[in-house]
Parts: sequence; C-alpha cells; structure tokens
Amino acid sequence: MRRVVGILPASIVPSEEAVLGAMGVPPGSEQGERVDGLVADALDELRRAACPRGVVTNVTTDEFARIYEGESDNDTPSPLAEIFPRAEELVLFAATLGAPLSERIAALFADGSLALATMLDAAASEAAELAGVHLDGLVLEGARLGGQANQFTRALRYSPGYCGWNLTGQRALFAALGPEEIGVHLTDNCLMEPLKSISGVIVLGPREIHEFTDDYSFCSACPTHDCRRRIKELTQTRP
Amino acid sequence: MEILGQIAALLERGEDQEVRSLTQSAMDQSLPALKILEEGLLAGMQVVGDRFRAHDIFLPEVLLAARAMSAGVEVLKPHLGKTDLHSRGKVVIGTVQGDLHDIGKNLVGIMLSGAGFEVIDLGKNVSAEEFVDTARESGADVIGMSALLTTTMPAMKQVISLLRERGLDSSVRTMVGGAPVTREYASEMGADGYGFDAANAVECVRELVG
Ligand code: B12
Ligand code: SF4
Repeated sequence: MRRVVGILPASIVPSEEAVLGAMGVPPGSEQGERVDGLVADALDELRRAACPRGVVTNVTTDEFARIYEGESDNDTPSPLAEIFPRAEELVLFAATLGAPLSERIAALFADGSLALATMLDAAASEAAELAGVHLDGLVLEGARLGGQANQFTRALRYSPGYCGWNLTGQRALFAALGPEEIGVHLTDNCLMEPLKSISGVIVLGPREIHEFTDDYSFCSACPTHDCRRRIKELTQTRP
Repeated sequence: MEILGQIAALLERGEDQEVRSLTQSAMDQSLPALKILEEGLLAGMQVVGDRFRAHDIFLPEVLLAARAMSAGVEVLKPHLGKTDLHSRGKVVIGTVQGDLHDIGKNLVGIMLSGAGFEVIDLGKNVSAEEFVDTARESGADVIGMSALLTTTMPAMKQVISLLRERGLDSSVRTMVGGAPVTREYASEMGADGYGFDAANAVECVRELVG
C-alpha cells in the first residue's frame, strides 16, 4: 500500500540539546543565554518554514531485493543485505521538510545572518531525521492495526549512502517509490532536492533481526558507529 | 590600548551590539581603523579560534563571535583601505558541481573571514571553470572546495586538473574538505591541502599562503 503522509511541523521540532549536539556541543554543557536565544530563534524559524511530508509504500522481499541490488555497487556483505530477507514487512519511504525551508536558510545566509542561518540549518538536519522517526512510528502503528505486526515488532530505517548500501541505490528506490509526488527530486548525482530530505526502507521485524556486529569492511572508516545507538534504542523501546 | 582589549573581550563573548558601539567609540577617539581591526576584532577572533581548536568552546559560540565581528567590521569598513580588511590572503570557496551541501563550506567561510582572510564564496554547485576563472580574475591564493557526497568528490579533481591545464597550479593552491573526503583521498587527487573541520581549514590556508 502506498500513501502520502502530511506531518505536523510540531512533531519534527528537535530539542535544544539535539540541535546543539548536531553542532558538536557535548550533552549537558552550559552554553549561556545568547546561544539559548539563537537556538530558540532557529526553532521558531523551523516551525514557520517547514512543510514536512512523507511517502511510504510496501514492497515484497523480492521487490526489495531488486531495489537493493540497484546498480550492483553495494558493499558485500552489508547489514541490510542480511536483515531484509528476515523482515516481516518492508516499507520504502521518503520524507522532506520542503523547499521553503531551504529557501529560508539560503535567504538568511544571503542577508548576512550567518549565525541564525547556520543554527537553522543544523536544526533542520535534526528535523529531517525526526520526520523519519515519525514515519517509523506511523508504519509500525499501521502494521499493528492491520495485524501484520505484533508487540515484539520493531521498525528501523536504512538509507542508501549508509552502511554498504551505495548512494546510487537512490535511483531504483525513487523509481519504485515516486517521491516526486511530495516534491522530492533526484539529481544526476543521486542528491535529493530539497536538501533536507531523507529516503530509504523501514524494516519491520523482531528486535533480533536488527542486531549485528559493526565489523563490516566499511565500518573501520565510519566516524560515528551510529548503528550501536540505534540498536540499543530498539532494546530500550517497550513493546 | 584599553578599549581594544575591551572590544576583543566583548567579541569573545559574542556581544554584537556592544562590539558595534565600542568600535564606534574607538573610531570617535581617532584610533586608526586598521589598528582597531587587528588589535580589537581580529585579536578577539584569534582567541575564539584557539579556544575552539582546544575544544574549550563550541561552534555556537564561534558563530556568535563571528556575528559580533561582522558588527564591528561594518563600522570600520568605510574607513579601511581595500587591502586592509583582508591583508592575510584571498580564498575562493564553494561546494563542487553537482553537490548542494553547504553548511560545512559556510562554516569554513565564517572561520576564514574571522581569521582575516578575504573569502569569495561561490555558493554551491560550482563548476570547475567558475572556481578557476574566479581565482584567476580575483588573484586568489587558495581555492577551497567542499563535497559531502562520494558521487560529487570527483568534481574536486576536475578543478585541480583545470588549474594545471591553465598553468595556474603554482600560483593558486587547492584545499579540500567535507565528510567523505579523507587526507589520503585529498593527496591522491593532488590537492595541496586538506581540512577536516573549519578550524583546521584556517590552519591549512595559513600554511598554504605561507
Ligand atoms: C546532517 C546530515 C544530513 C542531513 C542534512 C545534511 C545537510 N548538510 O543539510 C539530512 C538528515 C537531511 C541528511 C540526508 C542525507 N544524507 Co546525510 N549526513 C548528515 C551528516 C550526519 C552530517 C552532515 C553535516 O551537516 N555536518 C555538519 C557540517 C558542519 O559538517 P561538514 O559538512 O562535514 O563540514 C565540516 C568538515 O567536513 C569540513 N569541511 C567541509 N567542507 C570543507 C571544505 C574545505 C575546503 C575544508 C578545508 C573543510 C571542509 O569543515 C566543516 C566544518 O567543521 C553526514 C555525516 C557526517 N558525519 O558528516 C551525513 C552524510 C553527508 N549523509 C549522507 C547520506 C548518504 C545522506 C542521504 C543520501 C541519506 C538518505 N538516503 O536519506 C540523504 C541525502 C540528502 C539529500 N538531500 O540528498 C552520507 C553521504 C555519503 C555518501 N555515500 O556520499 C554522509 C557522509 C553520512 C555517511 N554515510 O557517512 N544528511
Ligand atoms: S559502524 Fe558505521 S558503517 Fe558500520 S554498520 Fe555501524 S553505522 Fe554502518
């Protein structure tokens, strides 16, 4: 089933700590009133300019196998290649915060409001991720209501450009999903416009299928090892 | 000069209104604009840059300091000679062709301006011709290129090749950066410098302009 989803701007507004974290500020460090004010202004701008939307569509394991294969330039092995055949459900997704937000960031830069523009840019990056989290929740809820998921089912997103899934995989993903309907377009270099957009597959299944060790060939160059946090969060989420 | 120290201290705290008015007071006291720039604003920004590199302060505070710096520079601009403002060197920056990520490139620009370099920011999706033509016409010392995608990194090499083709590679140095760019990749493609973050970009330009 394919559907276009409107997302309330309020549900993608990140916390001040998350925005500061995206700017490299360690958790819990005091930044002072001026910085707090700047973050608050950026979040106001975000609320005003963001038009978050998403599109999701279910695919079968075979269909996803073809999409994942893409242009045959993924790293092998990769976590997703091992996970998706065991999924209960696979849902392609794309989400965007919309073009007006990117235009607002550019306008702030152009008129020399560099501090606010940079803070808004960082806040918008966090917000784009939250749009993905929102879609995870919607898809999981829908699957539970439809009886395709039970209390042990967890949803986790994987994206082209991460963890062995080559960025060129965007082409097959776009062909199958059609994110153009929500205003997201793919450039020749597999970049999405507007910039604050994300894409990938939401994998539904029991927590165990999402667990893996971070020792793939490409993991040694990974600066974040973010999979550790994502897997840990799944364990912490109550059914 | 008490007032210059005060300007530097206010700038370090990101107090833009106060920096603007104290810079004006310094001008009213007939202090030379260049002296106010160097010993007030740039001196403050130097401390901010050093503290940032030492992880003593973080990006938001650097941004506020940069905002305060611009407030002071606005006051001084009409009184400075063309070369006074950016006597330390000229850098053309941009995000390479096909790429639209610019937050990192913007930060690099902010830090370089704060360190006293003249920055010509060509924006994003910048072609090799545009980089090279602008560098030649403006007499830039360095071209700084940013790429955030593996699919757009090769565009950096095109700029380096074009500089060589036009015989400009000895007068215009190149510097690259962006999340997927590594030091190894940078030297493999023949870039003169690599910066892993904005503070590092300043050091890199300092080395390149000698
Ligand atoms: C935040 C983020 C996002 C945000 C928005 C990004 C933005 N800029 O607007 C969102 C969530 C929207 C996003 C989406 C996607 N992202 Co993203 N994203 C990131 C992340 C985590 C941080 C980027 C960022 O903003 N950093 C903050 C800035 C300040 O840092 P920076 O740009 O690196 O710049 C610093 C240095 O690199 C350096 N620097 C930069 N330029 C220059 C230039 C010179 C000359 C010098 C000296 C230094 C220098 O100094 C800067 C300041 O310190 C990076 C991973 C990472 N750790 O960097 C991935 C990353 C860029 N994303 C990636 C991917 C794959 C994507 C998606 C394709 C995923 C998807 N399928 O949905 C999409 C694509 C979006 C699109 N429009 O096409 C990949 C790209 C890799 C690749 N294969 O090409 C990265 C590298 C993650 C990874 N896999 O490691 N992303
Ligand atoms: S370590 Fe990094 S590259 Fe490897 S799986 Fe985890 S997040 Fe992906």
